[in-house]
Parts: sequence; structure tokens; C-alpha cells
Amino acid sequence: MDAASGAGLGGADPQLQRFIEVETQKQRFQQLVHQMTELCWEKCMDKPGPKLDSRAETCFMNCVERFIDTSQFILNRLEQTQKSKSSFSESLSD
Amino acid sequence: MESGFGSDFGSDFGSGGGGGGKLDPGLIMEQRMTDKCFRKCIGKPGGALDNSEQKCIAMCMDRYMDAWNTVSRAYNSRLQRERANM
Repeated sequence: MDAASGAGLGGADPQLQRFIEVETQKQRFQQLVHQMTELCWEKCMDKPGPKLDSRAETCFMNCVERFIDTSQFILNRLEQTQKSKSSFSESLSD
Repeated sequence: MESGFGSDFGSDFGSGGGGGGKLDPGLIMEQRMTDKCFRKCIGKPGGALDNSEQKCIAMCMDRYMDAWNTVSRAYNSRLQRERANM
């Protein structure tokens, strides 16, 4: 009945909140699958054949793993870079 | 853990865009397929799509779905592994 007790969407209903969380995650998952499929297609697919051969399939699986590794690597390194520079923005202010 | 979001696309696709709200997976799929398969299958554009081009496009669509499913499963596995390691 009130908006005060809830944080953001879903208001006071924890079930609805949970549902929204899950649906949002599903969407994010799908978006990433679309993105990775697109990228990995360029790297792993030559001419489309009657089947996805095992080399291509392995390539796609590796591609997913390396994509996530890349993403994590970048996140970690950015974090480190910002920690070691006392103020990241100082170096940009000129 | 539940089977998660990593289910095969085939079933979602058939039901007409799996309750996706604004993000319609079927529509995105169509756009990507058109782009990718045009690139792979159409050389110098002629006056019409010939038989070999049509066959290529059909195979390409199927392979793209296969790829999507493979990526989806691999991503889901990775997510499960990450969660198990936390």
C-alpha cells in the first residue's frame, strides 16, 4: 500500500521484487549470449555447412571463456589502475 | 541450481519470443542472422537470390542457432562454475 518500505521496483512485495530480479538477470544473460554469438561467429565460422563441426563448436566454447576472461581482466586492471593513482581524474584535468 | 537461463533457444524461439517484454529475442535473432548470413552467402548481388544462395542462407540460419545454443550453454556453465567458486 505504500512505496516507502520497498527499494525501487516491486515496492513492498518481495515476491514481485524477486521476479523482477530474475527477469532482469535473464535479459542480461540473453543480451550477452547475443553479443558473444555475434563476436564468436566472426572468429569461429567459415562457410556455413550442414552441421556445426566439432572444431567450430570447440572454438565457440573457448571463445565464450576467453571473452569472460577478457572482461574480468579488464575490470581487475582498471580497478588496480585507479587504486594506484591517488586520483584518476588529476591526470586528466589538464 | 535450476536450469537457469541457459536453455536452448529453439524452444524460446518457437513460442514467439519467450515473454521478453521489450527485449524480443526473436527480433534480435532475425537481425543478426540477416546480417551474418548476408555476409557469408551473398557475393556479388545479382538480380535475385539464386538457389545456392538460398540454400546457404538456410544452412547459415541453422548454424547460427547452433552457435547461439552452444554459446548459451557454455556461458551458463561458466556462470555456474563462478558461483560454485564464490
